[in-house]
Parts: sequence; C-alpha cells; structure tokens
Amino acid sequence: MLTYYFDLALRSLKRNRALTALMVLAIALGIGASMTTLTVLHVLSGDPLPGRSGSIYYPQLDPLDMKDYTPGIEPPEQLTWTDGMYLLHSKRATRQALMTGGMVPLQPTQSSIDPFQAVALYTSTDFFPMFGVPFQYGTGWSEAEDNGKARVVVITSALNDKLFGGKNSVGQILRLQESAFRIVGVLGDWHPNPHFYEWYMGRYASDEDVYLPLTTSRDLLMEHDGSTDCWGNGGGDPDHLETNNCTWLQFWVQLDSPASAAAYRDFLMHYSQDQRTAGRFMRPPNIRLRTMMQWLDYIKVVPSDTVLQTWLALGFLAVCLINTVGLMLAKFMRRSGELSVRRALGASQRAVFGQLLMESGVIGIAGGLSGWMLALLGLWLVRQQPANYAKLAHMDVTMLLMTFALAVSASLLAGLLPAWRACRITPALQLKGN
Amino acid sequence: MDIRPILSTLRRHKFTASLLIMQIALTCAIICNAIFLIGQRIERMDIASGIAEHELVYVNLAYIGSRPDAMARAAADIAALKEIAGVKSVTLTNQIPFGGSSSNMGIRADLMPQKDTINAAQYLGEDLLSTLGVQLVAGRDFRPEEYRDITDVFAALGKGDLNAVPKQALVTRAVAERLWPGQNPLGKQIYVGQGIPLTVIGVTAQLVRPNQFGEGAQYSVINPIRVSITQGAVYVIRCAPQDREQVLKTALAKLKGLDPNRLVLDKGTVDHLRRDYFQDDRAMAGILVGVCLALLIVTALGIVGLASFWVAQRNRSIGVRRALGATRNNILHYFQTENFLLTTIGIALGMVMAYGINLFLIVHYELPRMPAFYFPVGAGLLWLIGQAAVLGPALRAAAVPPVVATRSV
Repeated sequence: MLTYYFDLALRSLKRNRALTALMVLAIALGIGASMTTLTVLHVLSGDPLPGRSGSIYYPQLDPLDMKDYTPGIEPPEQLTWTDGMYLLHSKRATRQALMTGGMVPLQPTQSSIDPFQAVALYTSTDFFPMFGVPFQYGTGWSEAEDNGKARVVVITSALNDKLFGGKNSVGQILRLQESAFRIVGVLGDWHPNPHFYEWYMGRYASDEDVYLPLTTSRDLLMEHDGSTDCWGNGGGDPDHLETNNCTWLQFWVQLDSPASAAAYRDFLMHYSQDQRTAGRFMRPPNIRLRTMMQWLDYIKVVPSDTVLQTWLALGFLAVCLINTVGLMLAKFMRRSGELSVRRALGASQRAVFGQLLMESGVIGIAGGLSGWMLALLGLWLVRQQPANYAKLAHMDVTMLLMTFALAVSASLLAGLLPAWRACRITPALQLKGN
Repeated sequence: MDIRPILSTLRRHKFTASLLIMQIALTCAIICNAIFLIGQRIERMDIASGIAEHELVYVNLAYIGSRPDAMARAAADIAALKEIAGVKSVTLTNQIPFGGSSSNMGIRADLMPQKDTINAAQYLGEDLLSTLGVQLVAGRDFRPEEYRDITDVFAALGKGDLNAVPKQALVTRAVAERLWPGQNPLGKQIYVGQGIPLTVIGVTAQLVRPNQFGEGAQYSVINPIRVSITQGAVYVIRCAPQDREQVLKTALAKLKGLDPNRLVLDKGTVDHLRRDYFQDDRAMAGILVGVCLALLIVTALGIVGLASFWVAQRNRSIGVRRALGATRNNILHYFQTENFLLTTIGIALGMVMAYGINLFLIVHYELPRMPAFYFPVGAGLLWLIGQAAVLGPALRAAAVPPVVATRSV
C-alpha cells in the first residue's frame, strides 16, 4: 500500500515539475541556511572543557576608586598584580592560576627559520593540571620555578613540529627575547574553544605557541598584550605594571563543590573588606565568582553577528515553510474534485490523508536532504570567511542529528497541515459543484 | 473596481489566503529590518577618518631583545625615514585609525563631577597632524618645545609630579561641541585622570578613533608626547599615493639597516588597514543582501504558484464572466486587485512585526530605532514584487476564452 501511495505521490509531483522543484528548493534553502547558522552558533557557544568546566570559576574584585561608582556596578574584568598575587599565594582553592597573554620574540637556533613573534601565555604552575592540559613530552613547571622566576618554557606540539620536527625536545634550549629558556614540556593536542582563559588575544582558534611563568615574564619585562585598564593618575607604564593602579591579569580557580565555592566567595568578601579597611580599596566590597560558562556568557563570547544570522536564517526558514505549505495546500485544494470522487467511491478519509501526506512528505524529505547538503556547502562557505572562528565551523554528531530532526519536523509540518486540510472536504458538496 | 466579489472569493480560501498573508508579512518584517541593518553597516563602513588615507603607509616593529635607548632610537629612525625620496612627513604614533589596539581616556570639562563626561581616544606622537593629514580648524598645532618623551611623563606620574606632564591638548570638533556646545573651545580646560588639567590650544576637523566607534567615533584628543616602539607605537609615513609601495619597501630596508635586532610585526597601507577593519561588516552586509534577495524570490515564486493555481481552479468561472460580458481587462484587474489586497494586508501585518523585531534588536543588539522611511521601502518592494509575480498568471487568466463556460470540466 505504501508503495502505491508513493507511486501516486510521484505521479502527482511529476505533473507539476516546476512547482515540485520550487517547493523542494524552498525547504532546502530554509533548512540549509538554518543549519549552517545553528552549527556555527553551536560550535561558538560550546563548552571548552567538557566535564571540567563546572568546577572552574573566575573570581573578580573591585579595586577602583569612587569615580563612576554606582551600587551594583560590575567589577573590572581583570585583577591587579597585588590582588592577583595575593589570591594566588593564599591557595584557598583546590587549584588556581594567574595569567595574561603577550607576544615574545623567538629566535630559533636553526638558521633556516627567521626570528618571529611567538604568542605567549604567562601563567603559573596550576594552569596545566587545573585545565587538564595533555602533555606529549615532559610536564609543566613547579611552584618553586614560579617563585624562582626560572627560565623554563612549555611549547605546543605545533611549535615543536616546526622547530624540532616533532621529536622530544624536553631539555632543549629555546631563545625568547634574547634569553635562554629550557623546554620542560611539549603539549599534546589541546585547542579549547572558546579560548576561555585568555580572551583578549583572540576568542577562538587562538592557540599560544609558548607558556612560561608569569614571574619570569615580569623579570624580563616581556611585552604584555590584551587589555590594561588603569584608573587614577598612574598611567599605564608597561614596565611598572606591578605597582600601578591597573587591572591586567586573569585569575581562574578550581572549586570542587558548591560549599567550597561559597567559602571562596566569603574569602573574597573578607579580603575586599580588609583592603577597604586598610584604605587600598575605596568601594564597598564588590565581588563576583562566576563559573566558566557563566563567565563566557557574561563577556558575550559569541559574536552578536552570529546570533543575528541565526535569527535571520530561522525567519527565512519560516517564510520558506509557509510558502511550501501554502503551495501544497493550493495544489491539494485544486484536486478537491478528484479527491471527492475517490471519497465517493469508497476511499476512507484516512486513506486520502495518507496519500496526501505521502505526497507532501516526499517533498519535505527531499527538501530536508538537499537542505543538509546545502548546510555542508554553507559551512564550507563560512570557513572561507575572514573571521577567526571561521575554520571551526564543522558539523558534529549533535548537529547532524539536529539537522535530521529539523528536516523531519519541517517536512511533517509542511506535509501534515495541507493533507489534513485537504482531506476534510465534503465530497457531496464538491461533486455537486462540478 | 468593486472589491466585494474578490473578498467573497477569498473567504472561500481563508486558510490559503492567510498563509500567503503570513508569508508576505514575515518577508516584509524581515526585509525592513535587513535593509535597515545593511544601511547601518554601510554607514559604519563609510565612516570619515579625517586622515589622508590614500597617502599613508605604516610599519609596526618590535625589539627582539633588551631595549637600547628606545627614545633616541626612535628619533634616529624618524630622521632616516624622512630622508627617503618622496616622503612628505613621518610620525611615530601610539595608535592609528582602524588599527587593532587603542588607547583611550575619560575626559571632562569640569573638575567637580566625579563622572567622566566622554571617553576619547588619546593620540600621541610628534608631527601627528601634518603626517596623518588632519585639518586644524582653530587655534594652533603644538610647538616643538612643547613635546615631552613618554618615558619622562611616566616617571613623573609615578612620582606624583604633574609638572612634567605637557599641559596642551588638541581636540576634535566633535569633542569641543560635546563639551562646550556653541562656545569657543580655545583656552578651555579639560580634566583627565584624577583632575590633571589640560588646555585646549587647537581644534581639528575629523580624526576618527582607532576602533570602538560606538563611544563617539570622532572623540579624539592629541597630546604632545613622543613615544617609542616599546609601547607598541607605529611608524606612519606620508607620501604620494603612487609612491606608497616603493616608500614602504625603502623604509623597511632602512629600518632593518638601522637596527637589525627588530621584527616587523605589521606593515602596509592605511587603505588596506581600513579594508581589513571592515571585512566582517562587509561580509554581514553581503549575507543580509543575499537573505533579502532569497526572501523576495521565494515569496515571488510563491505568489506565482498560488495565483496559477487559483487561475486554473477558476478557469470555468472566468469563462462564465467573459461570456457574460467581462472584458479581458476586467479579468486582469480582478487578479491584480486580489493580489494587491492580499499584499496590503500582509504589509500592514508586516509593519507591526517589523516594529517588533526592531524593538528586539534595540534591546539585544544596541541598535538604534529604525527610521520610519524604511517601512515604506519594504512595503513598496513587496507591492512591486507582488504585482510583478501575479502579472503572468493574471494575463493567462485574461486569455481564457468565453467558450470555456460552455464546457464541462
């Protein structure tokens, strides 16, 4: 019976080839556009550390003066050196790391490679275990090396491939800003997106080349990039960032339970109060302790254009669906004479409904399939775009399933409605009219 | 033309007609807002910089190792760059319009209020006006003796000594009009930081800030402070447009010769910088245009399809009307009017939706309110598309011969 219905549907669709093509194309375009933008949105708003992100927090303090203060104002995004170092050394969390990004000149010993600016992250020992960073060779550095401003460096596997042909380079020397650094570790495959822990140097697809102790970077006065926000009369002298009234450091902590998060919040509160009593902080204690995903949401990590494009594509899909439903319905209604004859000859309402549904379902599924292919083409187009997140735009299993779900529901919607409307005609009235 | 027969026909196709109306309404709502967004992007990309964009090249350098006397190095670099044939002027500035990073400060016209009145870009560098080609509209440029080295300024600020900070400033006309509307800004004081007073000695025409245009695109202040490349400063060289490539090449060779211990981080023309800066906006505007076209095409084809069905369905009644004396024109107008009615209802609904979408965008994307003239633009487009789409089927209807009335289906 189904094959018969299918045969009927194909015959009917063949009768109006142009119209059939139009309906399939409309659904395909709508689904293709929606899936492309939804996939990009999904990739960009993903969890950079699945399974771990729930226990990673971003503490904020407010060391600013009373200028521009209003109750409830958000504290600055970053910490000062004084506060960052205090929180780091207090060790009130399971793990904690202080960091900022920068560019550092790298002089390869191989004469075949010209000196270049390496993207660096200046951080502290817990960075690697806290974020679960995998190592290909070696390990991170120790707390003693942090305190001793040691000339040690961890490099990414990409840089290891470039400089050492992928061999174990632990123990080798790397020249950074004319100083000799000993390589202690080579990272494995690690590309968290969004680039959550340092978002000023690039929010997506912005892996560093080298990681070295923050203390060492200050000792050698390495360039710090990203954002430096100062207040008062201090000015942002890059050589005296430790003592200036400037926020320029990012601090992450690992807190394993809600209780320890609450305790850490109390700790931040007490620290702010103490600093205010001591006269260093002017404002009433103004702290935040967001989880990683809350933080990413707060800094609006997903580009607003991407969200806008998604809304646009969904709107487009709606227009395409309405268009197809309208056309399909008009087509069915035109055949009401034929349908009434069949009803009068004994076809049940169910049978007619089934036949019509098959016809519209074929359109929907064909549209869904072509839409999925259009989405693949769309994602390829997105990857050709100049934006830094562009090359991340790939469809994963979740999105594949979602495309399927969207295609099926779109085709059902486009099929059910007209079939239901058309099978409710009263045969007697129609036959009389003819 | 009497529209009552049309309405009574449509009443028999309520569901199909309302689907078409919905489609037109949605299309209209999206297109109004999309055209508005395209306008916003174009306006953004058209921003006036106030600088001689076509005559500028830039070089951004960084030292590999420890920094020698960076300020003296910078002075020697500038002197060498000025000697290149075809170079009109050279400056080393802390930031450049359409560059990636920016240095900004809060300025206010009054010492008392503890709130910054405006946030302005802070440009530093010697011979900035003449090199960038910024026009001075009132007052004067800085005198050579007014410039200070940034290292000295930082040292003085670190000690809390405000005397070594140069007290002159140039502001753009936009800043002057915002702080002192209708007054002569020359000699007025602006306050920065915790109340450091600066005197306005000159007013420039436009000088766009490097980025963050939302905070007031033309809010810029210039201070007489010399910088060095250790602060991320950029060499900007002015020459004739056709000399740019040659000058840039010579400049790079010269800078490398003066101190090989440096890396070139970035180089190019300001034209290029501007093109890169707006590439996302260009891409977004392109996508929006594509969506508008796709929507109009889908809707037009939908109207064609639907109208064709209705014409075919009413073949016999058209024949009857023709047999009873209706002219071809009567039939043609009938379908045109029907489409006009449907489109008009759709547009009316679409306007309301367009307004709703605009409100949503205002809240979530900090967009301004859509000017009223975008509404008739969207409406006109849809009327046009509707009439064009229905013309074919309507002509086919008009061509139905009266003899059809005598035939059975």
